[in-house]
Order: sequence, then structure tokens, then C-alpha cells
Amino acid sequence: MSILINENTKVLIQGITGSFGARHASLSLAYGTKVVAGVTPGKGGQFFENTVPIFNGVAEAVRETGATASAIFVPPPFAADAILEAADAGVELIVCITEGIPVMDMMRVKEALKGLPVRLVGPNCPGIVTPGYGEKSHGGCRIGIAPGYIHKRGNVGVVSRSGTLTYEAVFQLTQLGYGQSTCVGIGGDPINGTNHQEVLEMFNNDPETEAIIMIGEIGGNAEVEAARWAKEHCKKPIAGFIAGATAPPGRRMGHAGAIVGGEDDTAEAKKRILAECGIAVAETPSDMATTLLARWGK
Amino acid sequence: MNIHEYQAKELFDRFQVPSPKGKVASTPAEAEAAAREFAGSSLVIKAQVHAGGRGKGTFKNGFKGGVHLIESPEQAAEFAAKMLNETLVTVQTGEAGRLVRKVMIAEAVDITHEYYLAILMDRSTCRPVIVASTEGGMNIEDVAHNTPEKIVRQFIHPILGLQAYEVRKITASLGLTGDFAKQFAKLLANLYRLFLECDCSMLEINPLVTTPDGRVLALDAKFGFDDNALYRHPDIVAMRDKEEEDPREVAASEYDLNYIGLDGNIACLVNGAGLAMATMDIIQHYGGEPANFLDVGGGASKEQVSAAFKIILGDPNVKGIMINIFGGIMDCNVIAEGVVAAAKETGLPIPLVVRLEGNNVDAGKATLAASGINITAASTMADAAQKIVALVN
Repeated sequence: MSILINENTKVLIQGITGSFGARHASLSLAYGTKVVAGVTPGKGGQFFENTVPIFNGVAEAVRETGATASAIFVPPPFAADAILEAADAGVELIVCITEGIPVMDMMRVKEALKGLPVRLVGPNCPGIVTPGYGEKSHGGCRIGIAPGYIHKRGNVGVVSRSGTLTYEAVFQLTQLGYGQSTCVGIGGDPINGTNHQEVLEMFNNDPETEAIIMIGEIGGNAEVEAARWAKEHCKKPIAGFIAGATAPPGRRMGHAGAIVGGEDDTAEAKKRILAECGIAVAETPSDMATTLLARWGK
Repeated sequence: MNIHEYQAKELFDRFQVPSPKGKVASTPAEAEAAAREFAGSSLVIKAQVHAGGRGKGTFKNGFKGGVHLIESPEQAAEFAAKMLNETLVTVQTGEAGRLVRKVMIAEAVDITHEYYLAILMDRSTCRPVIVASTEGGMNIEDVAHNTPEKIVRQFIHPILGLQAYEVRKITASLGLTGDFAKQFAKLLANLYRLFLECDCSMLEINPLVTTPDGRVLALDAKFGFDDNALYRHPDIVAMRDKEEEDPREVAASEYDLNYIGLDGNIACLVNGAGLAMATMDIIQHYGGEPANFLDVGGGASKEQVSAAFKIILGDPNVKGIMINIFGGIMDCNVIAEGVVAAAKETGLPIPLVVRLEGNNVDAGKATLAASGINITAASTMADAAQKIVALVN
């Protein structure tokens, strides 16, 4: 088992003919992911790398290929429309990689998706990886932009707002010989589709996941809410890390969502609450995996 | 990005949010003409800089105060001459101060009562929230702490927008009645429209005032804009004043680099926002002080890395550099080539510690080793941070 995606998940890619989308479609195919369709309006009938059919719309792509998950690589002005199109076509899992979508657009999209049988992950996220069993985790499902080869199939779930910090944690785990069930990047924007708590709930229900790393940062309240939920409901060991202890107040630290607001909205305050909720907090980003293993009793 | 007071007034005028009469001037003659136009009102002259504390600031030419009451058009010209093209130092500008290139001539308003009114994007509910209080003119965080019952919050539906009954609720909570209530209701509806149509992240009026002559006015405003939405607001982008920004940040933005200057002495160059924050944190954890946040992004070119390197070295406080790259997809050798090119060009006068990991890492390490440049290699983030702190101290 794993969460959200597995090696049989059929993936379509919106924006497959753009340079960014094409590059990562290639890497996903090389990783062994079942990329079954691409969507670019106006380019229907063509093929990506001579094998993956391209459609003009998502509905047609879903009908013809049975894709259940979509990765969105379209530029920011068109991303909200792409998400709504995927939801309308009945895609179950939408992973929006696009960085730089206006917050007002996401506010409306989030409201429009309420009540629909669809899960949005992202935007501005590295995507999701469920590693495969092959060499360098080949044969897994890679949706997005994460480097597949650093993974290893195993029992640790990873959830994070940041791409490169996720890779850091995954790399540490893999080097120590511990694999991952699924790694989920939920994105660095202030309004996103799936939050830390929802991913923790899925990991808690997943029999393959035995331990969890949760990586957060300054800005917002999502890590704190997840930690409070975990204290009551999660029986699996969790290690956490919060980036941004040295960030000055009121400045956007790269991610649109990473801004220190009031006095309670600091890395120190978040770390304290995580620890109070029974999460083992890593002192530095170099210790994420070792902190988890210590808590896990490995 | 921030905007000037006179630009905020322009936006208020465009959306029919009433504010005191005012006009911007770039010369003493323009200031005098503006003062003549508003004859009959008592007037103030205000230096236009982004920093706060203007009233208590001092110009480097000895003239005291960036905000003054003026009694005649002639005096407007006289004060403007002392302010324009002079440097104003306030508690927020630091010793360097800010060059004043514009002044605003504005109506000095008599105040009956001060209120607080703001609209922000609330991330936990994913919708805008209107915050209002009868306790205007003071720090709203203090009000929230000491008298939380005096703050009202109204969450607005993301698609339906502001409803009339919501406006009535807020109006009533502020105790406004009669004509004040009517004026306030109209002001709030227009302000909400401004918030949505300009893609604001925050819009704060403190204070909003009622006046003895029966007006409701937005006296002082703070705007925050969603950077992601600026592509559809060329008019707001045009309001950006690069002279008011940190020159290092302006240079970085020209190369699409995410850079924020800090006060420490260890610079860092990192790929990814989360990893960049974490790198600053780990430098501090081992006893160093980070000099900046710098994210070169996921697909940085050799030119970008080289530009980033030069911006870092342009900061005279910087005594050492830590490069931390986890090149998942990004080619580590591209980073290495950029670093070598920049180091050769600048002569690299200070210690450099490099931690490279990921795609094509062996080629990257070989490029650094073959360059003949004095680089300290590190295996992990912790190793790199400890090494640079030791070298700098």
C-alpha cells in the first residue's frame, strides 16, 4: 500500500508540450510511471515522444485513457482554469506543480472544488512520489518534479511544504537504509488544496506507513493544527522540522506562504507546539532522518 | 512591493474611497500651486518615502521633520525646497536615510473619532476577512491583546462576495448611525472592490476617521499586493519605486533570484525556498549569523549563479559564503561552473564552503577541484555550516 498513488496509477499531464512539462513527463516515463496522456489545447492528435497521445481537453483524455490523476504544468495565468477543467472531467487526484498562481484565483478554485469527488495537491509543490521496487526505486509513480532516483520503497511517509527540504529528508532516509511509502509535497502557497493534517490522516490509515516525517515552515497555522490532530489520533511516530527560525518578520521568504506574521507565528512557537504534541522536533535540517529513527526506536 | 502615500491616494480616488484632499509635487512651484488649489483648508506637507517615523525625522541639511503644517502657499514652496532632493533620516531608514523626491500637499483633517478597518486574506479559512474596531489610531495588535471584544471580524464568501447585511453588521458594531453609517457602508463596499480588483493581500486603514464637518475619511493606509498577481496589474507595477528598495534586492530581481538582505556576515546561496530558510537556520544554530536569504530556484543557469555570487560579494558585511545545493534534477555541474566563473572574476577574497549533492554531483565536485580556487568541501548541511562558522570566526 501507499497513499494517493501507486505503481498502477494512470497519469495525464496538462501542459505536456511546454518545456517544463515535457522535461518532467520524460523523467516520469523513464522512472516507470504510467503516463498515459497529455493535454495541450490545439495539439490534440499528436504524440509525446512518439508514445503518449496528446488530447485537446482533459475530458477526452480521461475518456480515452482512463487516467485518474493529473499533473498540471501550465503557466500561472491558465492554472486555475486547468484545475477546474480536470475536476470537471472527473479526475480524482489533481497535482498542481505551477508556481506563481494569484491567491484570489486559488481562493475561488478552492471554493469551487468543495463537495466534488476530487483531491487537489499543491499548487507550487514538487508533487507526489510512491517509490517503486526496482533499482533506484524505478517502477514507482512519480507525479511532478521530484528526483525519483533518491527514493527507496519502504515504510516512512514524508509530507512537506518545500521541495528541496523533502529531497533532503528522503535522501537522508535512503542513505540510512530506510525507504518511503509515499512522499507528498503540499506546496508553499498560502491557499493550497491539501494540508499537513489531511496527509497525516492518510498516513495514519495506511498499513504500509510505519513512521512519518512532517516538514513545515513559518507562516500560517497548518503545522500546528496537524500536530494537535496527531496528538489525539495518530499512533505512529512522527519527526518534524520547521524552517524559518531566522526569517525576519513581514518578509516573504521565497514561498508566497512563508511570512512571519504575529508574535505567535514564528518557527520557535511552532516547534514548541509540535514538541508539546509529542512530535520529535529535529534541531537542524541535517537531523530529520536520525531524529525520526530515534523516536521510532530504530 | 510597497507604494507611496500619494499612490495609495490615487487608488482610493479611483475606487471612490474618500480620503483627505491631496496632491503630489516634485518641485517647490508645484507644491505652491497645490496649496493654492486647496486654499481655505488647513494643510500639511509630507515627505514621500516608504519608511515610517517621518514626522520625527531629520533631514541631513538640518531641517527638522518630514511632516509640517503649512500656513500659506508661499510656505509650502519654502518647506518643499528644504525637503525635495534632500535626505530624510527616520527611525526606520537607518543612518543612510532616504532621498525625498516627492512631497504631498494634503488637507489637515479635524478628527471626531478614529476607527480601524482592514481587509486581509485569511489563510486558514481561505477567504477574505474584514477586521474593524472602534479603537483606531493605535497598534491593532495591542487592541487585540488588551481588549479583544473591541475587534470584530467578518469573513466574506469567496465567490458571493460582500453582502449588504454584512456591511450593516460591521457598521452597527462600530456604532455608526445616520449619514455616517451611509457613508461608511459605501466606503466599505468600494474598499472591498479595490481589494479584489487590485489583488491585494492586505489593505489596512488606520485610522479611518469621522470629522466635525460630517465626513468619513480614510486617513492613513497600508497596502500589500499579491506578488503572484502583479502580471495582470501593470498600473500597480508602475508604482514600484526601486529607489526605495535594497539595491541588492533590486539587482537580484533582475536575474529572477529570490534574495532578501539580512544583517549577518555569512552569506548563503541555495536552491529552493525551504532549503534556503533551513540553511540560514543551521548557520545560526552553529553560532553564525546569516547575511541573506537567497534561492536560485530549481532551474538556475550558470549566469544566474554567477550574478548571485556577485550580489553576495557586493555586501561589505559578508565574511564568508556557504553554498548549499541539493540538485535533485538540477545539474550540480552547472552550479559548479557558475561558482568557478564568478570566483575567478571576483578573485574570491573570503572563505567559501560548498556542499553539493544530487544530480551529476561527481562532475560538479571535479569542476570545483580542478578550478584551483580555494574551496572547502563539505558532505552535509551540518558539516558545511560548522566549517563556514569556524572559518569566519
